[in-house]
Amino acid sequence: MPLLQIKDLGKSYNSDAKVLQGLNFEVESGEFLSIIGPSGAGKSTLLRCINRMVEIDEGKVVFDGQEVGKLNKKELRKVRTNIGMIFQHYNLVPRLSVIENVLHGRFGYKTTIQGVLGRFTEAEKEHAFFLLKKLGIEEHAYKRCDQLSGGQQQRVGIARSLIQEPKIVLCDEPIASLDPNASKVIMDHLKSITQELGITCIVNLHQVEIAKSYSDRIIGLNKGGIVFDGPSYRLHRNHTDQIYGTQTQATPEIRELIMV
Amino acid sequence: MNEKTMKASRKWQTIFFILLIIGMTLASSAITGFNIIHGIATLPKAGAWILSNLMITQESLERLPTILEKLLETILMSIAATTTGTAVAFFLSLMGSKTTGTKKVFGVFARFVASASRNIPVVAWALILLLSFGQNSVTGYLALFVGSVGFLTRAFIESIDEASQSAVEALRATGATYFQIVFKAVVPQCMPQMISWILFMIETNIRNATLVGILTGTGIGYTFDLYYKTLNYNAVALVTFSIILAVIVIELMSNYIRKVII
Amino acid sequence: MDASTYIKREASGRIAIKMGSKSERVMTWTVTVLIALTIAAFLFFDYTGLDLSKAIPETFYNLKTMFLEPALSHFTWGQAFYQMGVTLGLAFLSTIFGAIIAFFLALMAASNLSKAWISKTVRVIVAFVRAVPTVLWVLIFAIAAGLGSEAAVLGMLFHSIAYLVKAFSEAFEEVDQGILEALRATGANWWHIVVHAVLPSTFTYLLSWTFLRFEINFAVAVAMGAAAGAGGIGFELFMASGFYFDLREVGMITYMILIFAIVLEILSTKMKERYFPAAAKSAN
Repeated sequence: MPLLQIKDLGKSYNSDAKVLQGLNFEVESGEFLSIIGPSGAGKSTLLRCINRMVEIDEGKVVFDGQEVGKLNKKELRKVRTNIGMIFQHYNLVPRLSVIENVLHGRFGYKTTIQGVLGRFTEAEKEHAFFLLKKLGIEEHAYKRCDQLSGGQQQRVGIARSLIQEPKIVLCDEPIASLDPNASKVIMDHLKSITQELGITCIVNLHQVEIAKSYSDRIIGLNKGGIVFDGPSYRLHRNHTDQIYGTQTQATPEIRELIMV
Repeated sequence: MNEKTMKASRKWQTIFFILLIIGMTLASSAITGFNIIHGIATLPKAGAWILSNLMITQESLERLPTILEKLLETILMSIAATTTGTAVAFFLSLMGSKTTGTKKVFGVFARFVASASRNIPVVAWALILLLSFGQNSVTGYLALFVGSVGFLTRAFIESIDEASQSAVEALRATGATYFQIVFKAVVPQCMPQMISWILFMIETNIRNATLVGILTGTGIGYTFDLYYKTLNYNAVALVTFSIILAVIVIELMSNYIRKVII
Repeated sequence: MDASTYIKREASGRIAIKMGSKSERVMTWTVTVLIALTIAAFLFFDYTGLDLSKAIPETFYNLKTMFLEPALSHFTWGQAFYQMGVTLGLAFLSTIFGAIIAFFLALMAASNLSKAWISKTVRVIVAFVRAVPTVLWVLIFAIAAGLGSEAAVLGMLFHSIAYLVKAFSEAFEEVDQGILEALRATGANWWHIVVHAVLPSTFTYLLSWTFLRFEINFAVAVAMGAAAGAGGIGFELFMASGFYFDLREVGMITYMILIFAIVLEILSTKMKERYFPAAAKSAN
């Protein structure tokens, strides 16, 4: 049984405009999947339907044998502990230390009181340091998060999701706010760590070349529907034209811009 | 052409505005019986009176221990009203803020409580509470407490709304509970601002405590009133001076704390 | 898992997760001291004549009478509105005179428009004036200048000036330095700069602050009426509650004050939102 099944998923924020429509796909354990598409295609919404950060309107999302849309509050929190999430703007608490931000990933396993008082076990703290070391930012552990560069903050975000010991990590445009060097570092870390730990990874990207070079499989999204789903080596120019709605005779400069 | 007419209408607006202000000033003077010339004329006289009568003398200094005790009571009353008010205002502001609010009904309730307790003047609270609580510290404390809740709720709602939503989203995604999110994503971001507001409220409450004290017969306000009514102006000067000193010391301390934490 | 050289430990040997920055320490320290003082306060309070089991239900009963059965008995509606007018008048006069005087003082206090020592002196005086509660100013002026609206306006004026000087001078200091330099370069004198650069670019701010102070002064005027015999609706409130013990009348007066205060608050919030959404909260 696949780790994640999406069946006839549909979503609309207001009655007339549909953001997602009739999506169907499955994700196997350990896959590295990229979702590409122009802005407004519904990539972020799709990701947020998986851990129900937005409510699911139609169809269903089945994660690890459980239908996400049907869970009550407590069950949903339990499922979310198994789903890590990484954001474009890192979404850290700026005034807290790096290590505190990493440990925030453990809240799903704690009672409210333990969480509010910030009671973490020594093993959890050591695990946090282990992850920071793996990501190469161990020396910043006691710095305030907002003193770090964008790439370093994103690595804190990755550590926060990994300390959840998730089965899947959802990455929403993880490199959209980063320069090319930092982007490469982040993508390399994501790829190697998820592979090593056997974690499934779904990444929203708008850079086609990066998607092709890192992922096993690519899904192309346009106007809330899937227009391409296959191994990354099968993605060709005619597909990207379809995904981004550009014509084959479009001027090369424009395509250049989109591809970067 | 167009610019000219605009300039002309601007000019008329200005003239109208100035006339309105002058008109309202005259109307206010008429209704209150305020005479500006008389007001200015009394200033030098008042200054001379203050300089000659409000003098701290050896004799008044003997009252210093009593005054200091009352001052301490007033300061503690203001701090207690602020801190307990903070606890209530914190939960009300969680309900009232867009970021942390859960149900609309609670939000409306929180804003209503805040608005009512803030806009009913502290004087009215003091007088109402005096009737049933009697002449003791608790009356003064409660009057200040109600005002603090109102003011701090509004201030906290603003601080929480300003805090970034992104960390809240991230913690929600990890499966954190409501209060974990509030205390670990929202509070750390708002803490400096909240403390700043709390310090501001303590300063305000010490000044208000004098007023409330005069009405309810408690704290330093009562001491002031007593000397004032018995025409013991040297003691009045000493009380005033000790209040000034206390407020300035507290203000300096708050300024230091603000500078460090923000 | 390998032990890291970067791990810091607390005295107990547990791994630290806080930064241990000065800001964190000061915050913890502030909160602890405040809690300790609060506990001390409750121990120190004078509880003479307090009977909570009687006082609390009585208060709720009084509140019920006040707010559910309001009525005027010792004076007419006409008088009530007249007294409200007196209170608004006192608030208006002290605000408008305060704003005019504060404008000039703020020019002296703004560091970009004035000499350092003048600015410092004005700020120290303002801090001193602000430290004295308004009611003390009013009471002192009442004996010094003779009772009457002059004493009330003068007393309230002091605080209005202190408050507005702080707000105005901060607004002046935010005027773009480039504009000032450009004007100075053309040989404009100080008054030209004030009238043609500073005033136009800060006028809406000044207006909003002045209105906000009017809102505050309304509440202050009510308080002065009650506590310092300055007249107006506050005095009626004091009489109704302290002299006639007429809760229904207290309720009606409170309603009147509440309605005016809320209207003023809505107006000033609207002004703030329109003219300076970001700065509104900073210097309350």
